[in-house]
Parts: sequence; C-alpha cells; structure tokens
Amino acid sequence: MNTITIECLRYHPESDAEPRFQSWPVPFTDDMSVLQGLQYIKDHLDGSLTFRWSCRMAICGSCGFVLNGVPKLGCETFLRDYYPGTLRVEPLSHFPIVRDLAIDQSDFLKKLESVKPYLINPDVPKKGTFIQTPGQMDEYYQYSKCINCLLCYAACPQYGLNSAFTGPAALALLHRYNADSRDAGKAERMPVVNAEDGVWGCTLVGYCSEVCPKGVDPARAVNQNKIESTKDYFFRFFRK
Amino acid sequence: MQVVQADVVVVGAGGAGLRAALAAAARDSRLRVALVSKVLPMRSHTVAAEGGAAGVTRGEDSLEHHFNDTVSGGDWLCDQDVVDYFVRHCTEELEQLERWGCPWSRKPDGNVNTRFFGGMTIQRTWFAADRSGFHMLHTLFQTSLKVPSIQRYDEFFCAELLVEDGRVRGVVAIEIATGEIFLFQCSSVVVATGGAGRVFRQNTNAGTVTGDGMGLAFRAGAPLRDMEFVQWHPTCLPGTGILMTEACRGEGAILVNKDGYRYLQDYGLGPLDPWPRAKAMELGPRDRLSQAFWHEQRKGRTLDTPQGPAVHLDLRHLGAKKIHERLPLITEAAQTFAGVDAVKEPIPVCPAVHYTMGGIFTNVRCETPIAGLYAAGECASVGIHGANRLGSNSLVEIVVFGKVAGDSAAQFALSNPSSQRGLRAEAVEQRLTSLLRNDKGERLAVLRDEMRDTMEDNVGIYRDEPGLRAACAKLATLRERYRRGVKLDDRSRAFNTEWLTAIELGFTLEVAEAMAHGALARRESRGAHMRIDFEARDDDAFLKHTLARHAGDAAPRIEHQPVTITKSPPRVRHYGGEGKQAVLT
Repeated sequence: MNTITIECLRYHPESDAEPRFQSWPVPFTDDMSVLQGLQYIKDHLDGSLTFRWSCRMAICGSCGFVLNGVPKLGCETFLRDYYPGTLRVEPLSHFPIVRDLAIDQSDFLKKLESVKPYLINPDVPKKGTFIQTPGQMDEYYQYSKCINCLLCYAACPQYGLNSAFTGPAALALLHRYNADSRDAGKAERMPVVNAEDGVWGCTLVGYCSEVCPKGVDPARAVNQNKIESTKDYFFRFFRK
Repeated sequence: MQVVQADVVVVGAGGAGLRAALAAAARDSRLRVALVSKVLPMRSHTVAAEGGAAGVTRGEDSLEHHFNDTVSGGDWLCDQDVVDYFVRHCTEELEQLERWGCPWSRKPDGNVNTRFFGGMTIQRTWFAADRSGFHMLHTLFQTSLKVPSIQRYDEFFCAELLVEDGRVRGVVAIEIATGEIFLFQCSSVVVATGGAGRVFRQNTNAGTVTGDGMGLAFRAGAPLRDMEFVQWHPTCLPGTGILMTEACRGEGAILVNKDGYRYLQDYGLGPLDPWPRAKAMELGPRDRLSQAFWHEQRKGRTLDTPQGPAVHLDLRHLGAKKIHERLPLITEAAQTFAGVDAVKEPIPVCPAVHYTMGGIFTNVRCETPIAGLYAAGECASVGIHGANRLGSNSLVEIVVFGKVAGDSAAQFALSNPSSQRGLRAEAVEQRLTSLLRNDKGERLAVLRDEMRDTMEDNVGIYRDEPGLRAACAKLATLRERYRRGVKLDDRSRAFNTEWLTAIELGFTLEVAEAMAHGALARRESRGAHMRIDFEARDDDAFLKHTLARHAGDAAPRIEHQPVTITKSPPRVRHYGGEGKQAVLT
C-alpha cells in the first residue's frame, strides 16, 4: 500500500478570514477513489473536513471538485492517477464557498428554474402516453443525461467573469425541453435564450463539454440555440 | 430557533417525496407544502435506480399476472388487498411520468417499450435505458418547479418528529449550511426518506441511505414492520457494492461460476433450455439468486478477486450495439470501477445489500398508527413486498404510494388544521447540540464499522440463532457506547457533516436492532430471510408480519400481526421448470 499526500482547501465561515490549505498523508490501494481518500481523512484523521458526496457511482452529481486544477467527480477519479505527486482538492470554481469543499449551489438552482425545465404543452393526452419515436428521442436525449454536477460551471470562463450568464447545464436543459417533440413551450423559453446573459453570453470555449462526466455536450446545445435565437430575432422583425 | 408554518411537511425529496409533494399540492393549491430534504432533490438515492419500473401494458400480460408474480415473489407475506391496489395503479402512474416528460425507452412505433425482470411472467418493466431512476427523479424534480405551493428546504436535516397527544405536530430540523435549528409546525407529515442499506458493510446504497425516516418514526412511536427482510441484490461489484442492474439479465446476460458453469440450474431454477424463458435461471428472483451464490461460495466454486469472492455476469453475447443502447450506465460503471469492458469480458459480481423490504408500518392509505403521520417508498412497509421484493416493483411503488401519501396527508391537513400551540422543541434542540459538547467518547467511524461488520457477519444471507443472538448483544453494546458519547472533531455549527453523521448513526443503530431482533424471532425461512436452523417456511407459526416497537434504551419489543390474504392462498414458490422460450424485445 502506498501513501499519497492529499492537500485540501479549508475555509470555515465562523473562524477563517480567508481560505487556507491543509495536507494529510493518506494510505491507498489501487482501487481507491479520490472520494474514498477524503472519506479516509474524515473517518480517521480530521472529522471536520467538509465535502458533499452520496451515490459514489457518478450519477448523483454531489462530489464535484477541482482536482489539480481540473473539475472532476471525486468518486470516479482514482488516487493512483496522482501518485507519487500531491493531489490538491479545491471546491468547484466560480461558486461561493460555504465551507471547505462545499460550495453554495443556490445560483445554479435559480438558473435551472429560469429555463422552465418541464413540458409545456396545452395538448397533453388525458390518458396514456405521447407517441415519440426513437428518432424523435434522439433529438433531445443526450441533453437529458445532465446530472447537475456543476463541473461545467466551474470550467466556464464566461460564468467566472459574469455570474449572470445562464450557463452550460441550464442552457443544455433548456434545449432538452425545446427539442422534445412533446413540448410546445419554446416561445416561453426564448426570452431566456435571447437575453444578453442567455446563449449570447457564451464565447465558444467548449471546456464545458470537455469536463462533462456524462458526455453531454452543453456547448453544442448553446450554439444550436444561437441559431434559434437568430431565427427568432428575424422572424419577429419580419412579422412587424 | 426559527419557526416555519406549513400544512404538510414532506421529509425526503427522492421519488416518493416529490410525488407526495406534487399530490398534496394538486389536492389543494392553498396548502403550504414544505419539502424538506438533507440533500438536493436530484442527489436522492432514487437517482441510482437502474433497471426500470413495472406496469402492465402488453396485451398478453394482465393485472392478475402482476399480482401473482408479486405475491409469490414475496413468499406470501404480502398484504394482498394492498398488492391489488398497487397493480391496478402502476401503469397510470408510469404514464403520468411520461406526460411529465420522462424519456422512457421506445419501440420503433413510438410506444413505450418494456423489458423482462426476474420473477416476471411477462415483460412488464418500463425503462429509460439503465438510468430509469435517474430520469424519474429528474422528471419529478423538474416538474415540481412549476408548482408554487411547494416550498423546498434543501439541505435541511430532519432530526425529530414532534408527536403530542397522539398526533404529529411538527418536525425539528437542522439547516445544514448554518447549523441553525428550525421548527416546522404542521398538520401532517409524510416520511419518504428511503431505506437503510448503510446498516451493512457491502451495499449498493448511497451514503445518505441511513434509515433516518425509519428511526424518526420508530422513536415517535410508529412500529417498524418486517425489518428482518433485507434484500441482497445478486449482481454487484465486489468491494464497493456498485449495482450491475438486473436489466442485464432481463436483456439476456448469464451468470457463471469459476468453471464457466451456469450454476443456477443446481438451485431449482433450471433446466437450462429453452433460454431465455420467464422466471427461470437468470430470470429467477433476487433472493434465490443471492442464496445460490452463498452455496457456490461454500462449495469453493466462486472466483477469488482482490475484493472478495465473485461469479461472472456475462453480457458478451448481447453484442456491442445492444449493450451500449440498453445498458450504457453499467457499462461505464464496470469500466470505471472494475476496469472491465463488458462488451469483451465478463463482469465479476457478488451479492450486496440493496433494499429493505420492511419499514414504517402503514395501511393502503399510507397512514401510520400516529394521526397525521404518513410514510411512502422504501422507508415504509405498505405491504406489497412481503419477504422478497420483485425487481421493478420499488420504482413504481414510489410513485403509486408517494401519490397516495401526499393525497392522504393533504386531506388530513384540510380537515385538521395546525394549531398554533407551543411545541416542546427546546428539549430537542438541547439534545442535538449537546452532541457538539462531548469532550470524551469514541470516534464515530469505530462504532459505525463495528455495527456494519456485525450485521454483515451475523445478519447476512443465511442466519442462525447463535449468530443473531451475538448480533443483538453487540448492537445493544454499541447503542450503550453511543449513548455514553461520541467525540466529534468538529464542534462548530456551519455545515457540520460530522454532527449530522452522529445523529444518523443514532437512527441506524436502532434500525439495525429492529432487523436483528426481527430475524431472531422469525424461526423459519421465507423469502430473503434464511435460517440455517429453521430451513422450511412455517405458515402455521409465521405467516404473519413482524412488528418492532421502540422501547427506549432497551431492545425493541417484537410482536406479530396477521397477513391479509384475499385470493391467493400460500403455495410453494415455483421457478424454473418447463416453459416456452421468451422473445426479448
């Protein structure tokens, strides 16, 4: 069994003026994840280290951290890949820190709500289901796989500069509903798309899609909506 | 202490809690519905459910089949009046989810597709690839955002139910970010906090699945029912317990031992051919498959892996296309967590604790014996799972009975408005904060690990009297040590997860004790409860539910309660045997 040094950002709102770093030596086996390393610290070395986690199988989206500068899920990243170096664990960038590695997620929740992420359709069947072919599902399905882990917000330079930007995951979800054949709510969502902080806030860096642990492509969703936004603008112009 | 006035409080925002909140709000939009959860809704453990949800849809299927599969799957310990209600409402709830946007996988004609699960006569599992729980949860959460009367309290940890004069009056919770104590005054409460798999060492469950709601209700005086029935899922990654969905087998995967032999044929699930066929071999129920593994291990026919004994789950013959289309999540998980490419190699798997069949005793309206207190989902025992839950019945249970619980709680609130009486919440606050002041005591992880080892070693797939007695004694000692004090490194209030873990451990120890004492009292083998010293099912003595009643610091009092049998008298459970080949779609 080898031992790796894990260095974590610490910040306590009741006692720290600013964040600091603390390191621990952590013995590990080849199958141990970064999350298990943090759990080892909490169980045996310092019970005050604070972080979120839950499913430990990359589906609940709780354990996003910045690991040696890169946003990743702690549960599906392994200590062996950082050995013999030091692993530095920081909270996700661009969000206020509540404590240690736990960030304040409330801004994202507001944005999620702002894109109206639910079916809007006056003609929902009273009984049974909609008919939707596998081809129609393909139009939106990849965007429905977002686990809201917020790695893409930590990766997004625009969100870092201007937190009013709706951001990758929320815009991907907006597109997920707009592209769903069962939905008729596009017009209600266009104001979010067209706003200065909507799709036009994106400068096409594409790092959001690169860090996504689920293979969702938020950059593509955003840019498809730039086309939609342009069409929307012209159609409104012509209708006048 | 901050005070929040609500009409209905829903504790837990997974599938059952969200469905309950939606139903309560739909009953009357003037009701103030507080949805209180220790995690954000989309972090709830519903998110990890993979395979799918059962609902009769195919022409050749019937409610009768779903009823019979469920009752025999549960080894006749199901309340048949409740199963009857359940099977009649499954499909409409799955359709409701579809109309809310759930991306169920489709047939080429645009209708919803179904797949096989173990113990099923006909294909009836609705699925969304192998992310069924994930999509159900996100659909319910996102749909809840359009309902203004649902007020969410995300990351609030519920620590106590206030029951006065036989009626629930409120909930005391900790706002995690600040550590402040909140009192929710209300008319009714729905507990929807999920299961308690973290009582055991090797389990498929998220870290949050610590039996909090069971503990809350148990302490408040509601009995826990059938707690000895714990389901081991037969196909999980050794070590972590990460789940490889039953849908693998539903799509045609096979299980082989170290010699490449399909060993299930030796355990009453054969013959091999024709394959695949319903309710045979790999499409047998979970209890039988996990028990077969135990025997294979004893015979020395399992593989040795660094993480423990295993058998092989082989998907290779399904082909890359079908594997990636139907089982993408577990394919990724097998690669990431076991380093196995499921298209090219078999996956090493073993049983791990997956589900608690028992829970807070409720009737078909989700009412507990405490007025105003309701429960739904895995934390509840409404009576449909009996001694062994069928795969696909729990994902649909959370919507069928989540809805019932929310609706019942709303109706109760409408006819019994909350009184503005002073509640004795200060004592609760004192007790909670005193945990932060212990200067001596043991580390949490020590007590937690001893509990898990005890449960794993002595309350496992096969049990006997000496082991169970040892477990009961050990759990009593652990509770005593817990009462004497745990010493926390963290004495502060803001986002103190060590403090929350200490409170959770208090619940978990009591839930574990209910399991061990229930298992000791049940001197027969039925479903998932196997006694080496009482190998047969004993309907004369034990065709009845176990009720565990909280007895303060002492061990729970165990009582029994009749099972409701309406139309299916107990028979021998029958799997394997003759049958025609099934066509998997």
